[in-house]
Amino acid sequence: MRQTIGRWLVPAIGGLAFLFLLVPIAYVFAFSFNDAGRTNLSWRGFTLENWQNPCGAPAVCQALGNSLQIGATATLLATILGTAIAIGLVRYRFRFNATANMLIFLPLATPEVVLGASLLAQFLNLGADLGMGTIIIAHTMFCISFVVVTVKARVASLDPKLEEAAADLYASPMQAFWRVTFPLLLPGIVAAALLAFAMSFDDFIITNFNSGNVDTFPKFIYVAATRGIPAQANVIGSAMFIVALLVVIGGQVLASRRAKLLAAR
Amino acid sequence: MVQERLAEETTTAAGRDSGGADLVLDSVTKRFADFVAVDDLNLTIPAGSFFALLGPSGCGKTTTLRMVAGLEQPTSGTLSIGGRDITRTGAHERPVNTVFQNYALFPHMSVLDNVAFGLKRRKIRGAEARAKSALELVELGHLAARRPGQLSGGQQQRVALARAIVNRPAVLLLDEPLGALDMKLRRQMQVELKNIQLEVGLTFVHVTHDQEEAMTMADTVAVMNAGRVEQMGAPRELYELPRTAFVANFLGKSNLVPGEVIEDRGDAVVVNARGNRLTVLKERAAAHHGRVLVGIRPEKLKMMWPQDAAGDPDNMLHGRVADTSFTGVSTDYLVDVPGVGRLGVFSQNHGQQLARPGDEVVLCWDTAHAFGLDGREDSSAGAAEAAEAAAP
Amino acid sequence: MSLLARNRGNGPAADASGKAARPGGKDPRSAGEIGAERRRSRMGYWLILPGFAFMLLFFVLPVFSLLATSLYAKPPGADVGQFVPALQFGNYADVLGAYWQELLRSFAFALVATVAALLIGYPMAYLVAVRLRGRKLLQGILLVLIIAPFFTSFILRTQAWKQILADEGPVVAVLRAVALLPEDGRLTATAFAVVCGLTYNFLPFMTLPIYANLERLDTRLIEAGTDLYASPFQTFRTVTLPLSMPGVMAGTLLTFIPASGDYINAALLGNNQDTTMIGQVIDSRFFRVVDYPGASALSFVLMLAILALVILYVRRFGTKELL
Repeated sequence: MRQTIGRWLVPAIGGLAFLFLLVPIAYVFAFSFNDAGRTNLSWRGFTLENWQNPCGAPAVCQALGNSLQIGATATLLATILGTAIAIGLVRYRFRFNATANMLIFLPLATPEVVLGASLLAQFLNLGADLGMGTIIIAHTMFCISFVVVTVKARVASLDPKLEEAAADLYASPMQAFWRVTFPLLLPGIVAAALLAFAMSFDDFIITNFNSGNVDTFPKFIYVAATRGIPAQANVIGSAMFIVALLVVIGGQVLASRRAKLLAAR
Repeated sequence: MVQERLAEETTTAAGRDSGGADLVLDSVTKRFADFVAVDDLNLTIPAGSFFALLGPSGCGKTTTLRMVAGLEQPTSGTLSIGGRDITRTGAHERPVNTVFQNYALFPHMSVLDNVAFGLKRRKIRGAEARAKSALELVELGHLAARRPGQLSGGQQQRVALARAIVNRPAVLLLDEPLGALDMKLRRQMQVELKNIQLEVGLTFVHVTHDQEEAMTMADTVAVMNAGRVEQMGAPRELYELPRTAFVANFLGKSNLVPGEVIEDRGDAVVVNARGNRLTVLKERAAAHHGRVLVGIRPEKLKMMWPQDAAGDPDNMLHGRVADTSFTGVSTDYLVDVPGVGRLGVFSQNHGQQLARPGDEVVLCWDTAHAFGLDGREDSSAGAAEAAEAAAP
Repeated sequence: MSLLARNRGNGPAADASGKAARPGGKDPRSAGEIGAERRRSRMGYWLILPGFAFMLLFFVLPVFSLLATSLYAKPPGADVGQFVPALQFGNYADVLGAYWQELLRSFAFALVATVAALLIGYPMAYLVAVRLRGRKLLQGILLVLIIAPFFTSFILRTQAWKQILADEGPVVAVLRAVALLPEDGRLTATAFAVVCGLTYNFLPFMTLPIYANLERLDTRLIEAGTDLYASPFQTFRTVTLPLSMPGVMAGTLLTFIPASGDYINAALLGNNQDTTMIGQVIDSRFFRVVDYPGASALSFVLMLAILALVILYVRRFGTKELL
């Protein structure tokens, strides 16, 4: 009796949890078809207008463009810096190893509001102009830690003997890195980059502290929330979700197909 | 067929940078912070030989190998291959290839790409074709498209071998290449490796802690301990005439009996070991006076019943059996000899009556089988390391 | 996030939950290998230097900036937002005296949300990692569903919750109809709504590290537990749960820390009296009141309090494998 309960309990809770996770997304998606007018609060009828004209509320697209640009730049910077740190920390020993690990861990153990506030304090003391530059710096900063921990796991599972084998087989240090180390780390690096992009794209708090009058997508919505979010924001939120889903599932299918092909040979 | 062709190509390529060339280590020292891994090592490994570096873990053999490969820089001293100094040459610029301990096959490349990797880095034409024929040599041509992860341990080992020899290095380094295989596969691979070495005629340098493996495969064995070569020579020579207690104990087992030289007979010395007179030939003794250790291998000891022991009272020890273990082909005895200690005896099964614990016995041996070591040495040196090396 | 699925244990906090790259203490490698690293360690410095320089400039220094700012004083007769460097420790007493309630409330909300997220996230992770083991595609899709909400923007989703749970919304109507909620009862603008929002928003941070850990769990151990007469629940309590503790540690930290500093949920789903969280206070002291020293002092207190809690927690349940 108890066993049957156990057997069903986990999938039941798990399934409900997924439902919980997806309900608001379904809501956002549904209301992207709302013939909303100014405030998208109650259902007023179905329309494709919002999807046909996602930039109908121009500020939305402006904010989205900023978010994409910030996300891409911060992801690139954080991935490069973080991957180098991950390789360095795993492969080499330093006298200040513990300190270095702490420095990576601390931003993860600091609430966003503190990260945002401290950067703002710094920028204020330096008299820096807040804007795209400061947002990118802030995002890169909090993404680096995520990249480091993700890539580190991958580097740690990589046998250093493989690089030695490459050197032994006439590969210069550069060739050894690009032909052996990098391809083997790539899945970890891509995962880290995707994560960094997601974190950057969805960040509001740190951005809010350091953005001056530049709008990002989340900031736009937060500000708009008081007077009504245009339905176009729902369109973009839904579209981003679908794109992310398609990209990742597509990659997954391709990978499993390749694995099958290899196994068949 | 293919094997012959590869062997031929290998010999013809000798002119450039391979085909076997003398590897010379000239007073090479490697120091790590506060630890000397390799201490003033001088070695000449002749072209075409199968050379084994044998020793317990931490003896410096792997560091030596890594310095030859270029993965480690010596603190002082020089290395040269065929007269060319390679001390400061990068790993990727040396005519040396390695079969790594756990093979270190690139998991993201096919077997063929693994084997062709070195050729492609050197931009050698026909890399794929050569890689294919190297795979044929190790009888894995049909698995060229697989990933290393899809192969068995023995197959991976052969890929690693093919990946190294396809480059026709002047020196091929084997870093405990059989360590990961089970016993049966290991013996089989030992034979195959030896055959391939004979076929392609490269210089093989093999690092191992397995004395049996070293003796089976190599034509020269260097026993290393604490960063130094204790003794070097053909396997038989090392076994029959060890020059240090470490070699006597690490390479097979030895009974080492302490005593004092009391008489010089011209070609031999007589040693007094607690009242027992033991004779050692001078040419087989490391010391000719003062305190010595007299060594006899367990299988060289003859065990007799006291009533059968007659004649020459020299080279004769009286004792009592402490323990026996019967293994079928033989019986191992431990015999307590008063004042001398516990000796091991290995007795072939000829159908004779077996002794039991508590039996009085007499041990004797042929003088030609005994060897003499410096009495200042620790008689148990190397025994613990040998036990550790034997453990799986 | 298929990559999460494909690369065992590369989740966002996989490392935090997973095996340490360098478990401190004795070095198992031979002297030779250490030497090799020493030789190349200059290369190592070049690798970590740019990243650490960045972190130094934009994380460590700002924290000191924050500390300095928190001690600034407002000179008499100064304009709004004008402060002078000083060592005015009284700022701390002032803000603590005024906002200790919000601080405690933030931790209480975060704690409840973390426990709730654990109760929801663990079965979720277990379902994907253990029950669906071997079904790669399904696993991959479910993992994507955990991460993809980030792309919808969490403010948009929180706003959606606000509308779903609104007084005139469907949920409240149903609950009132079945008398689970009194006629004038409401869901939004309550502490309950804020905690639900926190739970919802940080659920992925709980689920992913646990998933990364459970994914490597050897199911034969569960079988061994059952084989040794443990009931499924006992097996879970004595085998599965202890083995997945590193994942649980990482997940709870990654949920609790951001949740205690969050203010979006409180702002959108709470009210202005008894659900105010410390993040809201910091934000408004920075931007509305323009009290930089006060806001900085509060931030600093929040950071220290969380660090202290984290250290206590790790000491208590700790595992060296955290990083």
